[in-house]
Amino acid sequence: MRVLFRKSYKQDIRLFRDRTQAFWYLLFLCIALAAPLFLDGYFLDELSFVYIYAIAGLGLMILTGFSGQVSFGQAAFVAIGAYAHTILLSRYGVPWILSLPLAALITGLVGLAIGRICGRMHGLYLAIATLSIAIVTERLIGGGGDFTGGHRGLPVPGIDIFGIAIDQSWKTYLLNLALFVGAILMTRNLLRTRSGRALIAIRDSEVSARSLGTNVAFYKAYAFFLSAVFAGLAGGLLAHAFYYITPETFGMGESIRLLLMIVVGGIGTIYGAIFGAFFIVLLPTVLSWVKVLLPGAIATSGGFDSLAFGMILLGFILFEPDGLYGRWVKIHHYFNVFPMYKRRSFQRQKTFLKTERLK
Amino acid sequence: MTGLSFADAIQLLLVGLSQGCLYSLIAIGLVLVYKATEQVNFAQGEFMMLGAFVGYQFIVLWGLPYWLGALLTLVFMGGFGYGVDALVVRRLTGQPVFTVFILTLALGIALRAVAGIVWGFGNYSLPAPVEGNLAFGSVIIGWSSVLAILVTAIVASGLYAFFRYARQGVAMQALSLNQLAAFYMGIPVKRLTSSIWAMSAIFGAIAGLLLGPVTLVSTQMGFVGFKAFAGAIVGGFGSIPGAVLGCLLIGVTEPFFDIMFPTFKGIGAYLIMFVVLLIRPEGLLAQIYAKKV
Repeated sequence: MRVLFRKSYKQDIRLFRDRTQAFWYLLFLCIALAAPLFLDGYFLDELSFVYIYAIAGLGLMILTGFSGQVSFGQAAFVAIGAYAHTILLSRYGVPWILSLPLAALITGLVGLAIGRICGRMHGLYLAIATLSIAIVTERLIGGGGDFTGGHRGLPVPGIDIFGIAIDQSWKTYLLNLALFVGAILMTRNLLRTRSGRALIAIRDSEVSARSLGTNVAFYKAYAFFLSAVFAGLAGGLLAHAFYYITPETFGMGESIRLLLMIVVGGIGTIYGAIFGAFFIVLLPTVLSWVKVLLPGAIATSGGFDSLAFGMILLGFILFEPDGLYGRWVKIHHYFNVFPMYKRRSFQRQKTFLKTERLK
Repeated sequence: MTGLSFADAIQLLLVGLSQGCLYSLIAIGLVLVYKATEQVNFAQGEFMMLGAFVGYQFIVLWGLPYWLGALLTLVFMGGFGYGVDALVVRRLTGQPVFTVFILTLALGIALRAVAGIVWGFGNYSLPAPVEGNLAFGSVIIGWSSVLAILVTAIVASGLYAFFRYARQGVAMQALSLNQLAAFYMGIPVKRLTSSIWAMSAIFGAIAGLLLGPVTLVSTQMGFVGFKAFAGAIVGGFGSIPGAVLGCLLIGVTEPFFDIMFPTFKGIGAYLIMFVVLLIRPEGLLAQIYAKKV
């Protein structure tokens, strides 16, 4: 077992914990960069989806995982990003390289406005308010007439960066990978800064954060802004991956899927968003392999995928609330302390209900 | 808004009232569970859908007489609600609220899938308990809508009396104030909590049986539950009169909104909720102190 000695204050906020960790991450990055050499187009596209969902998941993780603001409406921001990007590209002829950041910024500003409004709400109220944002956004885009293409949807033009057409799987893969790595670095950097720590303080206790001098309303709006920027970015990329966008693509169900994604991955960690994205994108593929082994009546009934999804989630919540990453930490810990592993080291404290209601 | 005569307005009002009553039946189920345990059941809409499907099974597929089928449905759903708490939700006692959000969302997804696998993903019609219409001049209201309003009134006032006078009702109130203290006082916390889930599932099933004839029974009908959420929030989650009031408000304004803005049909409920939350972030009849650290 490695013991890390703290030699300076800076050590706590370094990008990598130590050389070993840096080595592993760089190795992973090299493998990811080299993936087009040994994977075919189908898997590259799947991995692109993983990266895009992970970006959206990182946004939601900033909001829900790090700031503790439950959001059931992340797909609304993804939708706004996708539509803003598509409309800027196809209608106003904005170059791709400008249009994507612009779309992300527009989404961010919408998020900021919503964050300002929702900053006063808590728990369930916030959940339902954000859920209704998802529903209202879908309807507004659907009823937007020619501007948004209504329920018929909009075709998405191809990607073109300084005259280089990004039209093959490996090119889009590398583009998505680059933005994904950028998003991870941004989130990681956020957590190393004063504002990131303020967000975590708000999550752990709003009253304590306020009494320590954190401007709670400002940082909540900030969390919404950042989360929406990530979602807008993911939306722009997702539009290209789908080739054609309709409001139904980004409905309420998608919002809930995104939330469940980060829960399965492990809430409150960067890894969680990434593991969750792998889970949600690769699950249909894995299920299609499983279905071959099952009797026809179950496999063809149409509800099998969502039943499996629901059951897996139930299993996670009941038996592993820390998600895939939590399980990984436990396995890692098991081997670290090998013969001394105790289940109790990961037990959560229970809190029994004492209501703050009047009656 | 110009073409709307007085009679039309009354007609819409009545339609909205009966719709609002159905929302409040769902919302009552939500609020009951929330009041007792501060857990939020996002699968309440799916409980309603399941109730409607079970009723469809008994009444249409097995051809039982309507009232017998309805009674059996309520019994079945009561057992189902009890079982959901006893087998699944109880394991999460003492965990953060957010965990239960996710659990019930997942449960909702699974229930929709199960209903789809068992009964299929189509639309099925369920007979109404009472046929025919009641006419006042040019205003027509179906007897089934009258029944919806009556049932809601009976359920709401019955619950009020139950919490006020019945031994179990008072025990449930104690439970909702402080779980541990209630446990020490000898209140059977686990059994009561499960009974509350059973009650909530029964109210969901009643709503499902009443809504089934109006909207047809399908796996998608559970999404009405989110409007009940909006209504309960408008009233201030955690009070039954508040939830009923909020749902009625949403039910009544909804048809008018849909007529005024036909392109944006269906979002009126959420906009109203947003406006109310803007002015009063804890709902109209708020019941919450500031959280302690």
